[in-house]
Order: sequence, then structure tokens, then C-alpha cells
Amino acid sequence: MERRRNERPTEPEGYVLTPEQEKSRRARNIAIGVAVALFVALFYFVTIVKLGGNVVPRSQ
Amino acid sequence: MSDASFILDDSAPRVPTAAPGDYLALLKPRVMSLVVFTALAGLLLAPTPPHPVLAFASLLAIAVGAGASGALNMWFDADIDALMTRTRLRPIPAGRLAREEALAFGLVLAVMAVFTLGLVANWLAAALLAFTIFFYVVVYTMWLKRSTPMNIVIGGAAGALPPVVGFAAATGSVDLSSIVLFSIIFIWTPPHFWALALVKRDEYGRAGVPMLPNVAGEDRTRLEILAYSLALAPIGVAPYLLGFASPIYGVASILLGAALILGAVQVFRLRSGEAARRAAMRLFFFSIVYLFLLFMALVIERLVHLSPWFA
Repeated sequence: MERRRNERPTEPEGYVLTPEQEKSRRARNIAIGVAVALFVALFYFVTIVKLGGNVVPRSQ
Repeated sequence: MSDASFILDDSAPRVPTAAPGDYLALLKPRVMSLVVFTALAGLLLAPTPPHPVLAFASLLAIAVGAGASGALNMWFDADIDALMTRTRLRPIPAGRLAREEALAFGLVLAVMAVFTLGLVANWLAAALLAFTIFFYVVVYTMWLKRSTPMNIVIGGAAGALPPVVGFAAATGSVDLSSIVLFSIIFIWTPPHFWALALVKRDEYGRAGVPMLPNVAGEDRTRLEILAYSLALAPIGVAPYLLGFASPIYGVASILLGAALILGAVQVFRLRSGEAARRAAMRLFFFSIVYLFLLFMALVIERLVHLSPWFA
């Protein structure tokens, strides 16, 4: 059957990453994710330590 | 480039293939570990060290600030790094990372490190960290390194500041004890790097970096190494003499100082051939041991002194 003119091509458009580029991008994304999670955890614990026992009185 | 030519440009986009390890290498982990260690010594000198969580966060911020300096140094020095065997496998000259990626990485980390230290500890420590990064990147890397054989003498201030930053993070001030630690590293830096420069003279010459042996000659360098080592040994004992280190530290620093001077005398006496090269490399490596053991002694005795802090 003949393909209609306005039908989207099945092949991906634009630049296709090589397996090596995909692999390194995935590794970088994981590293950024881990770093951000650790950064959030760091600030969480620092906040808890800095507030100390002052959390409860402020909420009363 | 016009918009049309940009659209018509069918060359493949530059997609980085750098691994996380390449970004880690930009931070100069070995330098970072020394910075953390010396900053820890400064932090522990505080009469009342901060809560362990705050101390850890402060040291992490100082470490990341030092790493950011390393990344910015590699961004600026990529051209000369490619010319020296010691540095040519770094991520940028090896082609694994683009210079602009290192620049962006370094700037983002520097800003994050300074603000984190400001929020976690205090703004004096943050300002000192910002000054340290500025001094290393702008004053040393961009200006002094390629223009004067005094590059590492003045630039050494950047490497000497971490104990002052650590002390400021703990106390919000700067006092004599942290200045003494600064002085030890500041006076230690020239003989340490000049010993290496004696061996790597040709490489520095090829890269156009005016190290002392290339500019003033090897004999003058050997004399300067000896002079700085003679100055360093008594400064190394100063923490004991000024009363913020124990007699055990005092004895250790005297013995280590004597060994350092002995190494410098060897470098001064042996002037040619393989023996001279080996004497210089021995002094280079021993100077690392010297600084490490001095600060290790300070850290251990402060930890013992403050042991309830860990209870």
C-alpha cells in the first residue's frame, strides 16, 4: 500500500546518538541525579542540626 | 554565521562522551584531599569545633571549592597541559572534554561551594573561600604562572589558605594559630615545586612556564630550595612553641624539619647526573610526607583532646 504524503516517517528525526554517546549521557545523568540527591540530603541534615530543639517551640 | 548557514550546516552536533570520572578528574582529587586535610586541621584548632554534621558540610564545601579551582585551572591551562607528560592525559588535552564544559563546570561548582559554606558556616569563611578560588584561578593561573618565576611563591598563598578557611568556618574569625598553619604551607610550597621543576625543567621550558630553574638556573634554584627549607623547619615547630600543639608534635616537627633540611642539602650538593635527579625527586616526595605528617599529628592530637566531641 502506498504511504500517504502527510504520514510521519517512522525513522527518528535529527541527530541520532551513537551507543557510546547514549551510554556516556546516561552515566552523566545518573551522576547528576546522585549528586543532587546528596546535596538535598546534606541541606536537610544541616537544617535539622541548625534548628535543633527550636523546631517544636516555633510550632506551638 | 547567519541563521541560514546555521540551518544548512549539516555537520554532526558535538555531543560529549565524557564519563563522570572525567569531571571528577577536573577537580584534581589528590589536591582536593590535601586541601580537606589541611582545612580539617584548621577547623579542629577552634576552641569549640562545630557539630560534626556542620563540620562535614563545611569541609565538603571547601573541597568542592578547591575542586572548582582545579577545573578552572584545567580550563585555562589546557594548551600547556597538552605539552607536558605529567598533564597531557588530563580530560581536556586528551580530548574527552571540551574547554567550555570545564569552564561551566568549574564556575557552577565555585558558586555553589561558596554559597553552601556561607549558609552552613558563616560568610567570613565563604568570603575567604571565594578569595582562595579567585587567587588560584585569576592571580596564579591566569597571571603569575606564565609571567614570573615567582609564580608558585605568591601563588602558594592559594594552597595555604584552606586551614584559615577551616578555622574561620568553625569560629567566624581568623587568629594566630590559623596564620601559623598558613605560613607552614606557604613556605613549604616553593621548595616542594622547585624540587619537581629541577627534574621537569625541559617540560616546563617547552610549555613556556617560567619556573625558577629555567629562568634563574639550577644552581640558584638549589640555593633557594635550601633557604626555604631552612626557613620552613622552625616554622613547622611553631605550633608547639606557640602552645597549640603538644611536645610530641614538637619532637616530631623537629625531626621532620631536620630530615627536610638534610634532603635540601643533598639537592644543593648533588648537582649533576642521575644522583642529582634522584635527590630532587626524593626531596619532592619527602616534602609531601613532611607536610602530611605535620598536619596528621595536629589532627590526631586535636581529635584526642576533643574526644568527648565524638561521644
